[in-house]
Amino acid sequence: MDYQLFLQLTLTGLAWGSVYALVALSFVLIFKATDTFNFAQPEIMMLGAYIGFTLVSVFHLPFFLGFVLTMLIMAVLTALMEMMVVRPLVGEPMLSIVMITIGLAYVIQGFVGMTWGYEEFEYPSPFPTDPILFGEVVISQAELYTIICTAILLVVFFLFFKFSSSGITLRATAEDTTAAFLMGINVKRVFTGSWVIAGLIAAIAGTFLASFTFVDPKMNFLALKALPAIILGGMDSVHGAIIGGLLIGVMENLAGFYLEDYLGSGINEITAYVVVLLVMMIRPYGLFGSKEIERV
Amino acid sequence: MLKLKNLEAVYNDIILVLRGISLEVPKGSIVAFLGANGAGKSTTLKAISGLLEYEDGEITNGAIEFDGVEIHKKQPQDIVRLGITQVPEGRRVFAELTVEENLRVGSHTQQKNTNLRQEMERVLNYFPRLRERLKMQAGFLSGGEQQMLAIGRALMAKPKLMMLDEPSLGLAPMLVTEIFDIIKKINTEENVSILLVEQNALMALGTADYGYILENGKIVLDGPCNELITNEDVKEFYLGTGEGHDRRNFAEVKHYKRRKRWLS
Ligand SMILES: Nc1ncnc2c1ncn2[C@@H]1O[C@H](COP(=O)(O)OP(=O)(O)OP(=O)(O)O)[C@@H](O)[C@H]1O
Ligand SMILES: [Mg+2]
Repeated sequence: MDYQLFLQLTLTGLAWGSVYALVALSFVLIFKATDTFNFAQPEIMMLGAYIGFTLVSVFHLPFFLGFVLTMLIMAVLTALMEMMVVRPLVGEPMLSIVMITIGLAYVIQGFVGMTWGYEEFEYPSPFPTDPILFGEVVISQAELYTIICTAILLVVFFLFFKFSSSGITLRATAEDTTAAFLMGINVKRVFTGSWVIAGLIAAIAGTFLASFTFVDPKMNFLALKALPAIILGGMDSVHGAIIGGLLIGVMENLAGFYLEDYLGSGINEITAYVVVLLVMMIRPYGLFGSKEIERV
Repeated sequence: MLKLKNLEAVYNDIILVLRGISLEVPKGSIVAFLGANGAGKSTTLKAISGLLEYEDGEITNGAIEFDGVEIHKKQPQDIVRLGITQVPEGRRVFAELTVEENLRVGSHTQQKNTNLRQEMERVLNYFPRLRERLKMQAGFLSGGEQQMLAIGRALMAKPKLMMLDEPSLGLAPMLVTEIFDIIKKINTEENVSILLVEQNALMALGTADYGYILENGKIVLDGPCNELITNEDVKEFYLGTGEGHDRRNFAEVKHYKRRKRWLS
């Protein structure tokens, strides 16, 4: 086996895996905090990419300013989504809430199509476009920076949850809503907060994904690989979501290259699902999940 | 300080659980709130904490006053801020958080500039056992330690009134005594009024100043604890020490139905 090629494939896989991991993390965050699933996370990711694209490419803002503004806009939008779409349903069966988030996903898709059309755009990537050479290994800088930035983001994320008051409040609420009420925690605000944080993480994932692909109205389907990542890692496990996402990114990229000759093209598309099926047979609650989680 | 006036509450719009409860916790006192399983004790505490609406319940009549302010329409977080905390049934510590983090969450309503370390020290003085376990996940604590943590966590909010829902549940007798001593100490040293829900009537009546007995959502008896403790009905049904051989013959008939309900 040509190790340089292997390394290159692994790095590309890690970059894609970073995107899956971030989107998976955003799913798990909302699930843990509010006990419901928001199926619109991939669309929220896409919306973040489109808004960033518009601010930088259409309004010609400097990238960094455009990025910060995108985050602000996404924070407001996700807070509004939680308050207007989900909040009125709190207390209803989980299925109703899940259905309404699927509805929300379609609304965002429709909005993106109407506003930006159905062609793909080049994203104003902040990363240099010329590849780096390590010996004979060719690495796209967008991919490399995606991996590095994701690692930094995850460290910040963990520090936030471990040490900041808001982080500890969120973990407490995720564990026991009633006890959280008794501590004087404004639980509704925490729910909204979890949507906002999840929305920002998804929007950052969208920024990465767009910078090594394109901005296009089907980006959300790419992010759907976060779902097998979550099932792989265990629905209620933050670590699991991240490791699951990275694993799926790497495995599908390796499989796509090495197994294509034997199994035909398209193998990379189904790798994630095959792996998940195999894992589910052995550990139905995922690699890191707790046993009592019900499956949606 | 705390006044319930003719409080009525339902679950799911139909199940009437509290049927007109009137109760008072005077400032600085310990009030015991006794009753058999399903009498509505926890429901009363949930009503005071503002939790009913989140459990598909509702206050349908009456009022709750705290320091002269009506609180029965307020949100749980506002009620905590007014100075009422609850140590819920079953402790409900945050099992995945460390002991220290649990205490920190307890101080959620306090100003950001209060000295967290100092506050924690104040609380840990009542529970030296927790001090050695600050970095431990709360889920790994023993039942008694979890109860201590639950009380400590509630104390972090600097309450004026602390409500405890069956703090003796599932604890060995030695520990129950220890916990009750601590409750008493908190009452005098921190000047916190206490509403104590208990099944362990003997301990509760020995600790409290005044007691109420709840049956099927109604208060059937109340009075100073030293009177309740000598009351024949209380002796017979809550303390299991009733003698009254001469009464037995006629009293038994009257009590039979009640006893059955209590034991169910
Ligand atoms: N969420 C709920 N929905 C419907 N009914 C409820 C709910 N919670 C409690 N009940 C009912 O209300 C009645 C009173 O319950 P409550 O928990 O207040 O009793 P309790 O006095 O605290 O009993 P215990 O000593 O067993 O804790 C019970 O009949 C119970 O079944
Ligand atoms: Mg109870």
